[in-house]
Amino acid sequence: MSDIVKITKVRGTAVPIRGNDIDTDRIIPARYLKEATFARMGDYPFFDERFDASKKKKDHPFNDPEYKGASILFVNKNFGCGSSREHAPQALYRFGIQAIVGESFAAIFAGNCTMMGLPTVVVGAKEIAQLMKSVEDNPRTEYIVDLESKTISFGSQKMAIELPETYRTALTKGFWDSTALLRSNLNEVKKTAAKLPYMTGFTRS
Amino acid sequence: MAGRTLYDKIWQSHSVGVLPTGQTQLFIGLHLIHEITTAPAFDMLRENGMDVPFRERTFATVDHIVPTDIRKRPFLDSEAEELIQALERNVEQFGVEFFGIDSMNQGIVHVIGPQLGLTQPGMTLACGDSHTSTHGAFGTLAFGIGTSQVRDVLATQTLAMDKLNVRRININGELGAGVYPKDVILYIIRRLGVSGGKGFAYEYGGPVIDRMNMEERMTVCNMSIEGGALVGYVNPDQTTFDYLKGRPHVPKGDGFDRAVEYWRSVASDADANYDEVVSYDGKEIEPTVTWGINPGQSVGISEKLPTPEESVDPEGVKKAYEHMGWKPGAPILGTPVNVAFIGSCTNGRLADLRAAAKIAKGRKVNANVRALVVPGSAEVKKLAEQEGLHEVFIEAGFQWREAGCSMCLAMNPDKLNGREISASSSNRNFIGRQGSPQGRTLLMSPAMVAAAALNGKVVDAREYE
Repeated sequence: MSDIVKITKVRGTAVPIRGNDIDTDRIIPARYLKEATFARMGDYPFFDERFDASKKKKDHPFNDPEYKGASILFVNKNFGCGSSREHAPQALYRFGIQAIVGESFAAIFAGNCTMMGLPTVVVGAKEIAQLMKSVEDNPRTEYIVDLESKTISFGSQKMAIELPETYRTALTKGFWDSTALLRSNLNEVKKTAAKLPYMTGFTRS
Repeated sequence: MAGRTLYDKIWQSHSVGVLPTGQTQLFIGLHLIHEITTAPAFDMLRENGMDVPFRERTFATVDHIVPTDIRKRPFLDSEAEELIQALERNVEQFGVEFFGIDSMNQGIVHVIGPQLGLTQPGMTLACGDSHTSTHGAFGTLAFGIGTSQVRDVLATQTLAMDKLNVRRININGELGAGVYPKDVILYIIRRLGVSGGKGFAYEYGGPVIDRMNMEERMTVCNMSIEGGALVGYVNPDQTTFDYLKGRPHVPKGDGFDRAVEYWRSVASDADANYDEVVSYDGKEIEPTVTWGINPGQSVGISEKLPTPEESVDPEGVKKAYEHMGWKPGAPILGTPVNVAFIGSCTNGRLADLRAAAKIAKGRKVNANVRALVVPGSAEVKKLAEQEGLHEVFIEAGFQWREAGCSMCLAMNPDKLNGREISASSSNRNFIGRQGSPQGRTLLMSPAMVAAAALNGKVVDAREYE
C-alpha cells in the first residue's frame, strides 16, 4: 500500500472465456467467500465450471494445458456482473491473470479490478472475436496490452483499447491503491462533513 | 439554467475534491458492513496502522452466513463461525457499533438500515454488497462496493468515484391487481437489459412509483444493479418522511422538521436535466417470472418462453436453455417447482410476508415442495408474529425461520439440492446461486412464490386475488 506501483504494460499469453453476462457467482461460487482472507482464492476461479461434484476436471479453458501460464483474459459483454464480491477479481488475479480484455465490464467488477491494479480494457465485438480466434488458433501467441499507447498488439497486428481515463491514470500513475491518497485529504474530508446537515444533527447554522 | 437532479445535488454537497486521477473524492455519510466482504479490509487497516476516523458512521451486522434454524454458538459450520468471530474482533478493536446474532436489530443489512432510520434522504451510503441500491428508495445515493473500497471508507470515510449519468425511468398509469413492485423491476430489467444501466444512476418516478410505500420502493431500487446500474433512487416525498418519523436514528421534535426541510431540498427539481428518460405504462406489466440464468431473462405469466433466434443474444439464450432444461416456446405457466423461498433484501420485509400470507392462509403447501419463509430482520420477524403471520405460514406447511440472507445466496445451510427448481423472491437466478451448481431458480414476487408453493408449479397468483 505504501509503495507506488505504476502499471503501464501487461505482456503474456492469453486465455479466452466465451459468453456474455458471466456473473461473479460463476467466477467464484459463494461458498468460498467464507474464507476470511483472499490467500487461497487462486484455487477457485470458475470452480463449478472446471470441476464436477467429485472434483473431476471438466472441459474448460482454465483447465486446458494449452493456456497454462496465460496472463491476459479475453471475455465478451458485461463480464463480472452481479455480486460485488472482490473475491472474483482476486481469484482471477491470483490464478495469474494480470489484464482482462473484453467487450464490456460490469461497473463494480471493473472498479474492484482497477483498485487491485488489474486493468480491464474494452475492444469492439469484431476485435474481441479476432483476439479470441487468434489465441484459439495459437495459444502460444504473445500479446502486449499497453495502457500508455492504449493498444493491444500481437504478431504484426495492433488494435485500439478503451478504458475510462480516470482508471488509466490511476493505473499508469500508480494511484490505483487509493487509500493513502484519500487519507492525505482527511482535513478536507472533515470540512466537507461539517457542512452536511445530517452530520451536525440538523442544528441551524 | 435547467434544474438539478437529486444525484447532482448530493454529489456536489458530498464532494471533497478532485483527485489526481480525475476522480472525485466523495464523502460517505453512512457505511454499513457485514461479515463477508470486510475481514480483508480490516486486515489491511491493521497492516498499515490505520484507524477508522468516522467510526460512529459505520454500523455492522451479520446476515450472509448466519443459520436461520439453529442459532447456537459456535455455529455448526466452522468456517461461518470463524468469519463471525473475525467480525466480532474487528468491530471491537475499531470501535464500530455491532448488531450481533442475538441483537433485536440483527438482520439483512439492507433491511435494518431503513428500519432503524439510519438510512436517510440526502445522504451518501456505501456497503460491501451490490444490493446497497436498496437504500436509494429514500433518496439516498447508495453504492455497492468491493472490499478495497470498504477499506477506503473505513480508513477515510470517502471513496474515489466517477460521476454517473442519470436515466429517469417513469412508470405511468397504474398497476393491475396482483401486480407487485417485483414485477415492475423485473419488467424494467427485461426492457433495458442486464447491462443497460452501465454508467447510469436510475431515478425511478411516475405515478406508479409515487403511490408505492417505502417497502415497495425498496424492492424496485434493490434490483437496480441487476440492470447494470450502480445506483437507483426515488425522490423523497411525504411517504418517505412518514416512514422515517419516530425511527430510532431519526431526529425528533424540531430536529425532525429541520431534517424534513433538508430532505425536501435534495429531491430532483421539476425542470431537472436528465441524460435519458424512458417511460413505461404500468398496465403493460404482468406478474413476471424469470426463466433463464440472469434477471433479464423473464416473461410475463401469460407468455411463452422465447426462442434463441428472437433474442439479441442467441448464444446466451442457448446457454440458459442448456442449464434450465426447458424447451423454447413452452409456456412459463405450469413449470414445476420443488422449493419455495420467501425472503432476501429484495422481498423479505413485512409487506412481502403479508402478501404471501394472504395467499397461503387456510391452504396447504404442495407435498412435493420444500417451502421456507425467512424474515429480513429480527424486527420483521417480531412484527410478523404479532400479526400471526407465522401461524398462517406454519399451518400451511412453510418453515418459519430466523432472519438472514439464507437461500438467496446459500452461504448458510439453506441450499438447493441437485437439479431442484426454486421459486424464489430473491434477486438472482445465476447458475449455482442458490447453492447447487445444477440448481435452477425462478425469480418472482412473494405472492407468486406462495402460489407456486401451494401448487408445486408456476401459477398466476392473481387467481387468489
